[in-house]
Amino acid sequence: MKSVQEIKTAIETAFPAAGLEFVPNPGPSAQHSLRLGPDCAVDVATFLRDDPELAFDFLSNVSGVDWPDKKVAEKVKVTRTVTKTVDGPDGQKVDQQVEETVEETREHIEPGFLEAVYHLYSVAKKQGPLVLRMRTVNRTGQTSLPSLTPVWRSAEFQEREVFDLFGIDFTGHPDLRRILMWPEFKDHPMRKDYVEPDDFEYEPTAHDEVLRRAQEHKGSEQQTASSDRAGS
Amino acid sequence: MDQNLRIELGKQGIFVTTIEELYNWGRRSSVWPMQFGLACCAIEMIATTMARYDLARFGAEVFRPSPRQADLMIVSGTVTKKMAPQVVRLYNQMAEPRYVIAMGACAISGGPFKQGYNVLKGIDRYIPVDVHIPGCPPRPEALIQAFMTLQKKIDGQPLTGEGRPRFLDPNAQGEFPVPEQGEHDLEPASNKGVWPVPITIR
Ligand code: SF4
Repeated sequence: MKSVQEIKTAIETAFPAAGLEFVPNPGPSAQHSLRLGPDCAVDVATFLRDDPELAFDFLSNVSGVDWPDKKVAEKVKVTRTVTKTVDGPDGQKVDQQVEETVEETREHIEPGFLEAVYHLYSVAKKQGPLVLRMRTVNRTGQTSLPSLTPVWRSAEFQEREVFDLFGIDFTGHPDLRRILMWPEFKDHPMRKDYVEPDDFEYEPTAHDEVLRRAQEHKGSEQQTASSDRAGS
Repeated sequence: MDQNLRIELGKQGIFVTTIEELYNWGRRSSVWPMQFGLACCAIEMIATTMARYDLARFGAEVFRPSPRQADLMIVSGTVTKKMAPQVVRLYNQMAEPRYVIAMGACAISGGPFKQGYNVLKGIDRYIPVDVHIPGCPPRPEALIQAFMTLQKKIDGQPLTGEGRPRFLDPNAQGEFPVPEQGEHDLEPASNKGVWPVPITIR
């Protein structure tokens, strides 16, 4: 099989404006992936499927990844001038300008995004997997990506699942409805900031997060329970 | 009637009984379960009905594919929040007398998926359950045990007065509200009449 770098070069020869990025995997599996720009993703996908050398005719898996906003703290060296009082040569105090280097911690927030990951195999060439990724602009407003269902039909249900659980809108998908949750449902449960409904019950081995939620829940639960008893 | 006299009459070939006993004997000996399964526990339920465990010995071999003809609902498996309204609706469609066995950890409490976002934490939040069987999955013997427990329960039901079955009580609730699928969760989260929110002591 061609290496990911070679495939990248092949795509770039065919589509100079593809906007590809090589994403290395430092783990022992070394399963590197390719990031596609959303604009010509469908063209690139068609190329990967139809090119006789590559012939990625089988899409085995579509999954989603949620990357929440990240707080990044950096240490920066800053030089500034400070005034110091020193002893002059004739015994008098003299003010002097001194340059000083200090370390400052600066925090900024890296905006999060949603990612769709595709695993491709070639049955004809007996090769794979090739991992493709696509990123949305952010997690809240601009969450659309081009659908690859027109290229590989097997993406249909899996893209619906990603839409359901992560909230990525696949434009060009023939039938984009929720697949696991009911249509009235508003949230996307696999996102990191999803809060599940408070139908908590006592857990015999409550600890950590579960214990915290159990204690939070206890007050409201006790109230409903006693008002129920009083009402009936 | 005196028990000894009854045995004595029995020896003479005279059979004496009460309407209640005869009626309950008939009911408990032909409990027809509804044919539906929800998850892995259903496989164990199927095994129970097959030749090796043979639920037919208890008069329950006929699994009916329609709620109208069934007397017993075996909730065998995970009840997801998407499925829960359908389960309650099926229960409402069953004709009285009807009974429910909650089979497995999932059906009684949510089981291994208890802390998940899409699993109902016990079907007893919406419909009255007669027998709970723990286990993941319960063995066929456990289902047979539950079945015998249910038969004992049916046998012990008087036909009049306190403790009579629901279908002989004109004031009893016959229909159970089907929960709505809301924007974040099922609404309401439980049926207060069936499952009052428990007071937990910690
Ligand atoms: S209790 Fe266990 S075996 Fe039964 S449905 Fe749940 S997970 Fe499956």
